[in-house]
Amino acid sequence: MKNIHLNIDHISMEFPTPDGPYVALRDVDLKMAQGEFVSLIGHSGCGKSTVLNVVAGLYQATRGGVVLDNKEVDEPGPERAVVFQNHSLLPWLTAYENVELAVKQVFGRARSSKTKNKAEMKEWIEYNLHLVHMDHAMHKRPDEISGGMKQRVGIARALAMEPKVLLMDEPFGALDALTRAHMQESLMEIHADLGNTVIMITHDVDEAVLLSDRIVMMTNGPAATIGEILKIDLPRPRDRVELSDNANYNHYRHEVLQFLYERQRRPGEEVVAEEASDDEAAPSLKVVKTEAA
Amino acid sequence: MKLSRTKVFTDEQYSVLIRTYIFPLIAVALFLGLWGISASQVQTSLGQLPGPTAVFQQASNLVDEHIAAREKEVSFLERQEKRNAAKLEKDPDAVVKIRPYTGKATFFDQIFTSLFTVFTGFIMASLIAIPIGIITGLSNDLYRSINPIVQLLKPISPLAWLPIVTMVVSAVYVSDDPMFDKSYLTSAFTVMLCCMWPTLINTAVGVSTVDKDLINVSKVLRLGWFTKVYKIILPSAVPMIFTGLRLSLSIGWMVLIAAEMLAQNPGLGKFVWDEFQNGSSNSLGRIMVAVIAIGIVGYMLDRGMLMLQKKVSWDKSVVLR
Repeated sequence: MKNIHLNIDHISMEFPTPDGPYVALRDVDLKMAQGEFVSLIGHSGCGKSTVLNVVAGLYQATRGGVVLDNKEVDEPGPERAVVFQNHSLLPWLTAYENVELAVKQVFGRARSSKTKNKAEMKEWIEYNLHLVHMDHAMHKRPDEISGGMKQRVGIARALAMEPKVLLMDEPFGALDALTRAHMQESLMEIHADLGNTVIMITHDVDEAVLLSDRIVMMTNGPAATIGEILKIDLPRPRDRVELSDNANYNHYRHEVLQFLYERQRRPGEEVVAEEASDDEAAPSLKVVKTEAA
Repeated sequence: MKLSRTKVFTDEQYSVLIRTYIFPLIAVALFLGLWGISASQVQTSLGQLPGPTAVFQQASNLVDEHIAAREKEVSFLERQEKRNAAKLEKDPDAVVKIRPYTGKATFFDQIFTSLFTVFTGFIMASLIAIPIGIITGLSNDLYRSINPIVQLLKPISPLAWLPIVTMVVSAVYVSDDPMFDKSYLTSAFTVMLCCMWPTLINTAVGVSTVDKDLINVSKVLRLGWFTKVYKIILPSAVPMIFTGLRLSLSIGWMVLIAAEMLAQNPGLGKFVWDEFQNGSSNSLGRIMVAVIAIGIVGYMLDRGMLMLQKKVSWDKSVVLR
C-alpha cells in the first residue's frame, strides 16, 4: 500500500475478569488508505466492536496500537467520529441541536484553522443535515422522527465533525430492510462526495459487498483475529439491482458466506441471512442452517 | 333543556363520563357516609367524634373567623392612622408610634406560614442535595463512601432531630434584631434535614445511570467536564431528580406538621396542637378541618411538582402520575 492513512498495528485486547484475563482480540493488523471503505464482518461476539472501540480510542489496546496520520491514537476524539448502533442522539435536543453540539465543539473554539463563526456554523450544520436528507425535520426531536431518520441525524452529526475516519458500529442494524437500502444509497453518495475513510461493522453480507472496498472477515472469539480480507473490485457508483445480476458480485457474496458459514460456523449461532432468499446463495445457506439445527 | 342536550352524547361518551366523574363521586359519597356512621359511634371526652356535617360547619366557622380577624385588623390600622393624624395635627413634632396588628393568627394565616416554612426547608434541601447527588453520581468511589452515611441519616425521624436543631439554632442564630423567628428557622431546618435524602439518592442514581452511549458521545466530542454535566448528564437525570424532589416535598410537608406540633412553631401543626389543648366541644371538628386541609395542601404540592416536571421534562411521551 502506497501511503498508510490508518494503521491498526497488531492490536490485542484483554479484559480482566475474576477468572483471569479474557482475550478478546489477538493480533489484529490492518492498514487502510485514505478514502477507503472497509467492512468488518463476523459472528456475534467476535470482537468487531472491540476493534472499532480501540480505533475510536474508547478502549486502549493491551498490546499494539492504532496510528492515524502518523499520530498514535490514545483517547477518543472528533477526528474519529463514531456512528453508534442506537443513534445515541441526545433525546432532549432537536436534530439541529444535536449536530450543533458537535459542530460547536469542533469548530467553536479558537483552534488552528478550523474555526467557524456563528453564521458559518449554522450553514455547516444545515449543509450536513441536507447531506443526509434531513432538511425537512431539522427542528424535530428524536422521539418525533423514525428510526431511519434518527440514524441519518447520527451520521450527519458524525460527518459534521469533519472526521478523518468515520467509524460505524452496525449503523443500519436496527432498521427495516427498505429503510436500510435507502440508507446504504445515501451512505454511498456521501462517501463518493466526501471521500471519508470508513470502517463499518455489519452483520449483513449484501451490505458489506455493496458498500466496501475491502471486507475484513473475523474469526470467532475468544482471541478473535482477522481470518481473511476480501478485496471487492466492483466499479463505483454501484447499483444494487444491476449488481444482483453480476457474476463478480455474487462471487464475492459467496466468498463471504462460505467464510462465515463453513469455515467459521458456530453451531446454534444465528447470523443475518434473511436477505439471501431470492438468489443462488440461498440453497447453500439453507443446507448450513439445517446442519446447524 | 339540559336533558335534551345530554342526549347528544354517544354511548361511548357516556361511559367515559361515568368512568371519569361518576365513579370517583360515588366513592367519595360512600366514604363520607361511612365516616358519618362510624363517627357517630365514638364518644370522646370532647363529645361525639365529628362527622362530615360537623366538620363542614367548623370549616365555615373558620372562614368567618378569618374574615372577622381581617376586618379587625383593617379597623385597627384605621384607628391607629386616625389617632396619629390627630396627634400630628396638634403637634407636628410629635413622635407617632406605628404598631403592627398583633391579633391571633387565623387558620388561613397558619396555612400560609406552613407553606412558607416548608418551601424554605425544601429549597435549602434541594440546593444541597442536587449538587451532592450529581457529584456522588459521577464517581462510584464517592457514591460508595457516602452511601452508608446517607442510608443511616435517611430514616431518622424529624422528632429526633428537633431538639438538636432547636438547640443549635438558639446557640448559633444570635442577633439583636433577628430577621427570622427562631421557630421558623427550627422548623425549616428540620424539614431540610429530613427531606434532602430522596433528592440526593435519586439524583445520584439518575446521574450514574446515564446511557453509556451518550457518555461515549461526550468522549468522542471531547466535551469538557462542565459541558458534559450540563448538556448530557443533567438532562438525562432530570426525570430521576424530579422523582426525588416530589418525594422530598411530600416528606417535607409531613415532617413540618409534626415539627410544628412538637416545637410550638407557628403553622398548621401548632393550630392542631392548640385546638387539642383548648379542648372545647368544637375542637375535634376544627382539628378535622385542619387534617383535611393538610391533605389538600399536600396533594396540591405534589400536583404542582408534577406540573413543573411536565414542563421541564424533555420526554413528553412518559406518563407521569
